[in-house]
Amino acid sequence: MNLLEVVGVTHTYGSFRSFRRKEKAATALSDISLSIGEGMCLGLLGTSGAGKSTLGKVILGVEKPTKGTVLFQGQDLYTMGAAARKHFRRDLQVVFQDSFSSVNPRMTAEKIISEPLENYERLSPSELKRNVAQLLEVVGLHADDMTKYPMQFSGGQLQRINIARAIALKPKMIVLDEPVSSLDMVTQTHILTLLNELKAEYGLSYLFITHDIRAAYSVSDALAVMDKGRVVEMVQDKDEIFSSQQPVVKKLVSSILPEHPRNRTLLNGDVFV
Amino acid sequence: MDKQHYVLQAKGVDISVNSAQGRLPLVHDLHLDLKPGKVLGLVGESGSGKTITCMALLQLLNPKTIQIGGSIQLNGRELNGLKPKEMRNVLGKEIGYIMQNPMNAFTPVYTIGSQFVETIRAHTPLTKKQAIELAVSSMAAMDLQEPEKLMRMYPFQLSGGMLQRVMIAISMCLRPSVLIADEPTTALDVTSQMQVLSELDRLRKECGTSILLISHDLGVISALADDVAVMQKGRIVEKAEAFQLFDQPQHPYTKKLLQARPMLPMEYEREKLVI
Repeated sequence: MNLLEVVGVTHTYGSFRSFRRKEKAATALSDISLSIGEGMCLGLLGTSGAGKSTLGKVILGVEKPTKGTVLFQGQDLYTMGAAARKHFRRDLQVVFQDSFSSVNPRMTAEKIISEPLENYERLSPSELKRNVAQLLEVVGLHADDMTKYPMQFSGGQLQRINIARAIALKPKMIVLDEPVSSLDMVTQTHILTLLNELKAEYGLSYLFITHDIRAAYSVSDALAVMDKGRVVEMVQDKDEIFSSQQPVVKKLVSSILPEHPRNRTLLNGDVFV
Repeated sequence: MDKQHYVLQAKGVDISVNSAQGRLPLVHDLHLDLKPGKVLGLVGESGSGKTITCMALLQLLNPKTIQIGGSIQLNGRELNGLKPKEMRNVLGKEIGYIMQNPMNAFTPVYTIGSQFVETIRAHTPLTKKQAIELAVSSMAAMDLQEPEKLMRMYPFQLSGGMLQRVMIAISMCLRPSVLIADEPTTALDVTSQMQVLSELDRLRKECGTSILLISHDLGVISALADDVAVMQKGRIVEKAEAFQLFDQPQHPYTKKLLQARPMLPMEYEREKLVI
């Protein structure tokens, strides 16, 4: 059984129907099916507006799809009972792109990370503190950073805190919605390495949403490409993406920036002679 | 090459800020030379002083709290210490500036057209009608579809990639000799990133504009830059021609930056071929 199963999900926004007005809805997702096995990472690629984040929200259980079902460990997210839902919330965590807006600016790092632990586990204050310190060390920060407030951290450090919060309850799966897009190159690499280590250590599954093939490639096992609300390409082996014949995928692959000026694709003049 | 050949030249620029802890230095002894028709890439991680440098070049910093030392010359004319009123004539006309976030660079309450026309008429004696014509033609040159329709639209109705291209059209319609692009593609997705970069490349070729390209992404730099300057903690640690920098990085920080990039399989192949 797969950890997560998305079956025929269609989602539309803004389908308010009022008296005498015709139904006007924007389709964000149409008939999407995919599955993620245990310990597997699926990279979800696509340009902006392709519906990647909407799919992420649907999988997180915060946006009920118009049609279709999402099964997490065989249970439907949107019909499960309160107890099962509480359990599910523990096993599925999320990290967003904007690290600053996903934390409360008036909480210290300690409070931010201990919040999920307080909700789910009964720990004494000293145990809680020890746990938080341990988590901070795991994500590459220091235990003394506990007393700091979000504004005292840089974007990369704060993203680490978000990751620490996500792994605090040892979840089965994390939805990573563009976790590195607003960070600089060096920090990006640190975070990607950290994600890879955590995956190996805790056997985590990821849904890695991004528009950057480079980042997706370094973390994912399988890749899916979305365009205009549809999954247009799905490869189980990430290397196959480069030989795909899909025009959307080809366009994405061709806009990978060169890693060396020798391989630049833009050049059509003779500046470098 | 003698001095006349540089379009924009910064010599020994020091930037420091007054704070509660006294004067804090931000940038030390910065030297940058921009040759005509060339692209100079400025690369470094966040917090290394890239943006503060370009704000200083544009004299956009508050002189009450931030001091700029050294000399900044545009076509031989000293910019440092110029009065805001005089500077206003230079900005937009002789130096174009593209910001990181195109959504914040426009006023949401005016249409694209009125903001476009305002810029043109502030610097030229053109009539409104001529200004509109110029705006439409420069947007068309930027490969934007239906420019007349775009003129009547508000910034939030366009996507990020389109807005950034409008931004480039505005900054380029007066044919400035220098364009400062501060992380022009960071807020965009990969396909619009490629489009914006190729527009910049075309500008450089067709109009001979010199571009100061600021980015943290060595991919962007390697796609466009002729010369590269690497910045760390407010200092330029290495300056070299693009090929040389990528092939033989000298400074340990440059090496670290080059290694920091996740590789794709075909690039491993190429790497092997090179060695």
